[in-house]
Amino acid sequence: MTDAATLPPGRTTRLKLDRDGVIKRGLMLVIAAYLFAALALPLYAMLSKSFVTYSFDLTRYEFQVSDETGTIWSDPVSAADLNARLDLFDPDDLRTSTNGRLAVTGFFPEFSFRSPVKYRLRGTVADAPYLVGLDLQNSTEWREFDGNTFRRVNLRPVATAGLQNYRAYFTNPTLLSSIGNSVFIATVSTVLTVTAAFGFAYALNRSCMQFKGAFRLIAMMPILVPSLLPGIALIYLFGNQGLLKSLLMGQSIYGPLGIVIGSIFFTFPHALIIISTALSISDQRQYEAAESLRASKWRTFWTVTIPSARYGLISAAFVTFTLVITDFGLPKVIGGQYNVLAIDIYKQVIGQQNFEMGAVVSVVLLIPAVIAFAVDRIVQKKQVSLLSARSVPYQPRPNRRFDMAMLGWCSLVALFIVGIIGICQFAALVKFWPYDLSFSLRNYEFDRMDGGGWAAYFNSLRMAALTAVVGTVIVFTGAYVVEKIDGFRLGRAGFQFLAMLPMAIPGMVLGLAYIFFFNDPENPLNFVYGTMAILVISTVTHFYTVGHLTALTALKQIDAEFEPVASSLRAPFWRLFARVTVPVCLPSILDISIYLFVNAMTTVSAVVFLYSTHTALASVAVLNMDDAGDVAPAAAMGMMIFYTNAAARMLHAAASRGLLRRTQAWRLR
Amino acid sequence: MTKIKPFAMGLAAIALGSAALAETELTVYTAVEAEDLARYAETFNQDHPDIKINWVRDSTGVVTAKLLAEKNNPQADVIWGLAATSLLVLKSEDMLEPYTPAGLDALDPKFRDSDTPPSWVGMDAWVAAICYNTVEGDKLGLTAPTSWQDLTKPEYKGHVVMPNPASSGTGFLDVSSWLQLFGEEQGWAYMDALHENIGAYTHSGSKPCKMAAAGETVIGVSFAFRGAKSKAEGAPIEIIIPEEGIGWDMESTAIVAGTDNLEAAQTLVDWSITPKAMEMYNVGYAVVAIPGIAKPVEHFPPNIPEKMIDNDFEWAANNRDAILAEWTKRYDTKSEPKG
Repeated sequence: MTDAATLPPGRTTRLKLDRDGVIKRGLMLVIAAYLFAALALPLYAMLSKSFVTYSFDLTRYEFQVSDETGTIWSDPVSAADLNARLDLFDPDDLRTSTNGRLAVTGFFPEFSFRSPVKYRLRGTVADAPYLVGLDLQNSTEWREFDGNTFRRVNLRPVATAGLQNYRAYFTNPTLLSSIGNSVFIATVSTVLTVTAAFGFAYALNRSCMQFKGAFRLIAMMPILVPSLLPGIALIYLFGNQGLLKSLLMGQSIYGPLGIVIGSIFFTFPHALIIISTALSISDQRQYEAAESLRASKWRTFWTVTIPSARYGLISAAFVTFTLVITDFGLPKVIGGQYNVLAIDIYKQVIGQQNFEMGAVVSVVLLIPAVIAFAVDRIVQKKQVSLLSARSVPYQPRPNRRFDMAMLGWCSLVALFIVGIIGICQFAALVKFWPYDLSFSLRNYEFDRMDGGGWAAYFNSLRMAALTAVVGTVIVFTGAYVVEKIDGFRLGRAGFQFLAMLPMAIPGMVLGLAYIFFFNDPENPLNFVYGTMAILVISTVTHFYTVGHLTALTALKQIDAEFEPVASSLRAPFWRLFARVTVPVCLPSILDISIYLFVNAMTTVSAVVFLYSTHTALASVAVLNMDDAGDVAPAAAMGMMIFYTNAAARMLHAAASRGLLRRTQAWRLR
Repeated sequence: MTKIKPFAMGLAAIALGSAALAETELTVYTAVEAEDLARYAETFNQDHPDIKINWVRDSTGVVTAKLLAEKNNPQADVIWGLAATSLLVLKSEDMLEPYTPAGLDALDPKFRDSDTPPSWVGMDAWVAAICYNTVEGDKLGLTAPTSWQDLTKPEYKGHVVMPNPASSGTGFLDVSSWLQLFGEEQGWAYMDALHENIGAYTHSGSKPCKMAAAGETVIGVSFAFRGAKSKAEGAPIEIIIPEEGIGWDMESTAIVAGTDNLEAAQTLVDWSITPKAMEMYNVGYAVVAIPGIAKPVEHFPPNIPEKMIDNDFEWAANNRDAILAEWTKRYDTKSEPKG
């Protein structure tokens, strides 16, 4: 290389696009277009919706008043003039929501519905809506009312754009308190989860305790169930008829306590994976050095172990925080009166049909999620390789007391996880909790309940399978073209950004954004609204990032030399793709598909706004059955999801083993 | 060729025949209980086998939100079995097609839109009630309440669950009936007192009764239909009709403006108020739209019709936003203490 520097500069090299380059670029554009339509545009639609405001425009209406005989009419006068004359409303008073109504009689202080005076009303422009009783009128023709009818006339607001929704949000103490509540429970849950997961990961990686395999298996169980399930279990354990109610000493499980305990349950495996990875990489030599310097165990822990795991800990903390603050299922089931942001979105949209305010809360919910995501990304970049070629992997030494303590801790956590899932299965099989504890399968007769019945379960299976297949193809192809393309740096950076973005978007926000975007009749993509396709699209998009990162990691293992070699042999890239890339990456491809499958089975937040009756899903059915008070059937459906995911996981393990033997023989020497 | 001909003609005849019988498909949005849907469609098809109903079912709030969201591009042909309060919202958005169904005069005037032609017609009433768990009540040494005012007694503190009116139609029904029964000022004073006793506000209207049925709470403010169902399943509850009178709403039917299947939609609405349909509703609901048809329903208290208040739906619909804002301000800010 140094020789080359002394040579005279040649022509600047320019990449010549061959056919493969064009196809790859085309593919990248297709997938970028997908991400754009499934992510960027809906978010934009939601953001603009949050600025849609409603107010009464008084200049649009004119009145006439008759004399006592009802024959002689006054000159037309606009509502705005009447308002100015009587000094009734200042502009702030005229702001309202979509459902706002303004009684017209207010403009006529002398109004009496018994008087024979008659009134006329008309719009001065085409869009001047008002209600007579509940009949919507919108006309520039005069309409005449007697006093009795006139008191039933209300003006309706018209849409404008502005910051008013945000102002309304930040002056509403109820809505504002949710921010504090959300941050509070997310912080507490994060501290507890990370502590618990650290202890567990420490035991798995740094001790010689027994049954590590079993503990690993149990620790992953919460990933297989919807986040609502721990809420249901906690009601059976600690509710007013709970088995262990006395343990709470009068505290109510409904509220922050329940949300925090449930959050620990469902975020535990996520934190554990990250911390365990961080702890599994460590250098024996550092510990030997510490020992030879006569550092105490305690000191070694704080000066060697924690610093080397700090990025893992920070990452785990932010992932947990984001999961809790954006979760909707748990607070819905067990939150009681404790309002959090995710619940506010649901209440605004489903309870009050106030879509604009729902969009505002969504934007607010985006902020902590985006911050957590950004910090996590920065931390990830700082992470440097701890393992050099000379590193010696850490080998834990048996220490009876320490190993027993670790076994105790892991057993406690495992008992908590198994207990939560076990109580759900028990409750699902009981006839009528708590008055008739005989066993029956009645709670599995889902067709008798709200939520979509057994059809919902099969819809979920179909949705999860489609998501796994379609999602894996999209995610892997996207990662492939962005990794193996030559040049086109700007496009690749843009694509990377789009691919990372879903991680920062809470499911509820995505779901709501989809309503605004796809349900717009002017959108040519409108036809997917209410179909299975929109559920698959939203789920693939929601869980895009993790799959993308997995695929990138796998692809980076393949030497970049393969492409030039293949093209010099005049082999088109797809042959290389099919013969080398895909077989080499097969384990990762399988991982991506099982990840998508499991999450598609359990997700609630994005799809709760998007499912239609023919595409009701099992996870949403759990929510709706619990909502209607059918708690035992909800637990039963939750357990169906658990068993399905467990079976899928086992199938995946078996398939991976078989395929690995056939395709990964090259890894063995 | 000649051999084939009769066969081909037969095929054509079959094709034509099925074309003549071609089903009109109606997309019907509903909030009727899931388990009743198949029975409703079956009974309707006994008289009109040529119209196929495609149900789209969800809870009242969700169906209403869905219809409003689809305002510019309606997917539904008919709404059959949605709270009248919701239909009033849709009416004020000009989303309903006014139509005078055959047999309209037979209906109790309370059970129809007062405009002519009406935009909606009622099916059956859906009345508020208190579900009281006798087993848990005895354990705590409580006596069953007999009136709304009773619910504010200090002995019930923490034992009353009611739906949140902001997310549940039943909850709004309760609040608007109290405001109508007691008057604005007294009504809010009543709710202030009641709030002291409330253990939880739920998002769903049937949940309080199911919670009472399962002993999760002692008193659930819910509706009679739900109570009767739970009682039939063996729950130790009593269904109490408070003596001051009870709020109610009705399940009702309307044609969605702009439907492509107007004729079939009208056929369905006509049928929905026939005595046969009323008998069908009567299986679960004690009060139906045509007076004199309803037979007593098991587990339903007999005095429901006389306790139903003179509900002013228009007032409730036009004041809904203001009432909910006031309610939220008063009771929703009170979050539980942290930790």
